[in-house]
Amino acid sequence: MNAITPITTTLKDWETDQEVRWCPGCGDYAILKAVQRTLPELGADPANTVFVSGIGCSSRFPYYVESYGFHTIHGRAPAFATGIKLANPQLDVWLVTGDGDGMSIGGNHTMHVLRRNLDCQILLFNNEIYGLTKGQYSPTSRQGTTSPTTPLGSVDRPASPCAFALGAGARFIARGFDVSKELPNVLKAAYHHKGAAFVEIFQNCIVYNKDVFNDFAAPKGAEDRQLWLANGEPMLFAKGTQGIALDTEKLTLKVVDVIDGDWQAAGVIVHDVTNRSIAHMLVEMPFGPFPMALGVLYDDPRPTFEAAVMAEREKAAAGKEPNLAKLLAKGQTWTVTEGGPEL
Amino acid sequence: MATQLADPEAKSTVAPEAVVVRFAGDSGDGMQLTGGQFTLSSALAGNDFATFPDFPAEIRAPQGTLFGVSAFQINFGSTSIDTAGDAPDVLVAMNPAALKTNVGALKPGGLIIADTGEFTKRNLEKAKYDVSPLEDGSLAKWQVLAFDISALTLESVKPFGLGNKEALRCKNMWTLGLALWMFDRDRAPLIDWLNAKFAKNKVLADANVAALNAGHAYGETAELGGHVKKLHLGPVPTPAGLYRTITGADAVALGLVAGAQLAHLPMFFGGYPITPASSILHALVRLKEFGVTTFQAEDEIAAICAAIGASYAGQLGVTSSSGPGIALKGEAMGLAVMTELPLVIVNSQRGGPSTGLPTKTEQSDLYQAVYGRNGDAPIPVVSARSPSDAFECAIEACRIAVQYMTPVILLTDGYIANAAEPWQVPDPATFKEFPVTFLAEKNAGDTLLPYKRDGKGTRPWIKPGTPGLMHRIGGIEKAVDTGHLDYSPANHQAQTDARKAKVDGIAQSIPDQDVCLGAPGGKLAVVGWGSTYGPIHQAVGRARAKGMDVSHIHVRHIWPMPQNLGELLKGYDKVLVPEMNTGQFKTVLRDQFLVDARPLTKTSGQPFTIAEIEAAIEGALA
Repeated sequence: MNAITPITTTLKDWETDQEVRWCPGCGDYAILKAVQRTLPELGADPANTVFVSGIGCSSRFPYYVESYGFHTIHGRAPAFATGIKLANPQLDVWLVTGDGDGMSIGGNHTMHVLRRNLDCQILLFNNEIYGLTKGQYSPTSRQGTTSPTTPLGSVDRPASPCAFALGAGARFIARGFDVSKELPNVLKAAYHHKGAAFVEIFQNCIVYNKDVFNDFAAPKGAEDRQLWLANGEPMLFAKGTQGIALDTEKLTLKVVDVIDGDWQAAGVIVHDVTNRSIAHMLVEMPFGPFPMALGVLYDDPRPTFEAAVMAEREKAAAGKEPNLAKLLAKGQTWTVTEGGPEL
Repeated sequence: MATQLADPEAKSTVAPEAVVVRFAGDSGDGMQLTGGQFTLSSALAGNDFATFPDFPAEIRAPQGTLFGVSAFQINFGSTSIDTAGDAPDVLVAMNPAALKTNVGALKPGGLIIADTGEFTKRNLEKAKYDVSPLEDGSLAKWQVLAFDISALTLESVKPFGLGNKEALRCKNMWTLGLALWMFDRDRAPLIDWLNAKFAKNKVLADANVAALNAGHAYGETAELGGHVKKLHLGPVPTPAGLYRTITGADAVALGLVAGAQLAHLPMFFGGYPITPASSILHALVRLKEFGVTTFQAEDEIAAICAAIGASYAGQLGVTSSSGPGIALKGEAMGLAVMTELPLVIVNSQRGGPSTGLPTKTEQSDLYQAVYGRNGDAPIPVVSARSPSDAFECAIEACRIAVQYMTPVILLTDGYIANAAEPWQVPDPATFKEFPVTFLAEKNAGDTLLPYKRDGKGTRPWIKPGTPGLMHRIGGIEKAVDTGHLDYSPANHQAQTDARKAKVDGIAQSIPDQDVCLGAPGGKLAVVGWGSTYGPIHQAVGRARAKGMDVSHIHVRHIWPMPQNLGELLKGYDKVLVPEMNTGQFKTVLRDQFLVDARPLTKTSGQPFTIAEIEAAIEGALA
């Protein structure tokens, strides 16, 4: 985010005249709407906003947002975003990528944009499949996923985007899913984080990986399978009847029952978004034995890359005159006169 | 040139017009430093010169080994110098390995100066000598001056109490001192330089100065077997003005800074370490006050993508690499073509393919520059002929990039990047500016057309942050004018044609091809590009002096080529194209102009010698 004068816009102001070309029923529609609904609430300025994407279904996103947009090449959006932000730190940069784009071909750039802490929002749409190339398994596909390239089921273990991001040094990590009503709040938190804000958004690919997230995202019984994290609040789910506590012997998390709402007695942890140790446990918390951790898992800002680059540049340039003639004549020179050379 | 350097019979010393000296030693012996300082001393003596640093890819190769030899050759004289010289007149060999790997190049009758202190049994074994060549008569066709430089150096720095290892590191200054005496050079600027270099360590400064003075005094007073005479090479007639030495890497860096200033733009440079291109990044990181932002990216791809991002945001994006890195940047170059954003890509070519010869020179990335992308992706290509020429070429690359909204490739090579030559410092007031205008409001009434082309076929440059001009660009084919996604057959045809026409049209903004030596027509044209300029120019000059009908044409604009080039070439009976590859420019010339261009190729990692090209000229005219 940037400290800018808020602009008054409506959802309509963020829609382009381009026909949206995702498959009917694709989760991307819901994410697009959530973003378009959130931007006016943030007071964002379309002229000052840039959506940068790589390649894949998710990366068509910029074409549908009425702002500046750059649909780049596969996996490299973080590098483009870095150049854009260093050239003009005033711009609000959103990066849209997918599990193939951001975790596979562009994994290296995802790592470095997080490590450097470039001020931008990174939305990684995770549908656990390559959609645009017709359904091959992806680096986040679960083991055993059958696809045109894995007819017998995939054998390699999936990557966890949030664990990867934290390992890379991210200072903001959040999770949401396409049709969740909470998604705009997650986006707002990402926007208000100064620095690289990493948001994994589970997205339903209805053609190639339909309802793969239903185990936790389906509305029925969602309370039992979703842990929505809130800073300063106890980690409760299942309508407050269960919570997450620390197993102090094994140094792992555990699910505990909460009797009569007395979560303190049950030892339920109060979420502290600045606690990196808790963040490490949350990103690794396996779904199944545990609910899916959603919302803001970690938020502890540090100085941004572009601010450091600008500060260093200003310091290095301070008191120096950008005189080209003097620069060219720098170093050991000599003058040739009619009488020959001299120092 | 018959050298008088080592002629014991010579009654009086007649100085030659030019002398070639090669300093060779272990990669830890400081030969590049010695060469660099001897170069400076040549400049101050008013000589013209050209240098050729030739060092191993290994940073600290095992001591005394054949592959660990580092050499620095300089050709200097009182006449115009275009190359680092074919064969050395003098070889300074700091150890047996340096002698073994370099003596073959020495002219018959040339002078070998060898440090006997290093000709130990162990070092001889490492250099694969069974017997010391200093003793077995195998060096009979040369003059040999062998004495214990190591011991003499140790003696000279004794008062400073250095350890043996540190003391021996002063050997290169002792040797430099001797060389300064041989060529009648002033020691004062080098003493100043040493004092500045070791300002924080007075003892080391004093020791190095003492070694330098001792080497000089040795020449002055010792009995050198009557072999060596002190020579004075006078200054070359040069236009009056301010001069400095410059390497190609520095010239590119300065040219990019100048180009960005002439375009009235801040510059963004994205780079990733690679030999021999890193020096450009090293130079630019120190120029932040000129509005330069440098970014050492995580890889070559990120380096170019960040540069394109910066161009998109309104700065002059630049990236630089060598062949392997340029290959990685290929896809992003295509995006810059499609999105029509300005970008300068510098390729300091080295021997390939793959990792190839990282520290050796070659011109084998011409196909890669002209053709090396997917799709019809025309990119203008400019090539520098010498270290100082790289300055102008960098400015030219910036001009084309911003005036035509296109990526531009600037080709140099390992030789140009590392070699130094004298450069008359230009006056920036004489440079022609090419200020950029960004689109500030809609360009078609109430509508914005991001791909509306002007008379040159160029689209407007629109910075994010500009109110009212929001639009989207990307790598998918763009509709004419609107820039919307458009896969339709007619549109792709129209945009492919438009991109080609735009780049072809750049030819209208570049000067006609000149003939740099000889006549516009005749029996033979020797057509070169890039760093072969020196040897071609000298060879053509010598052939013409013998009365041969031959001309030298040197092409800066590889793509598109000057409009008159085809007609010009058709005015010669024969066209010979010397290049350090298997004949790439030759193929492009044949393709573009249907001329019977003949190749003269060399891919040894070493520049052409004048003699090689002279022989080819004689062969072509025989």
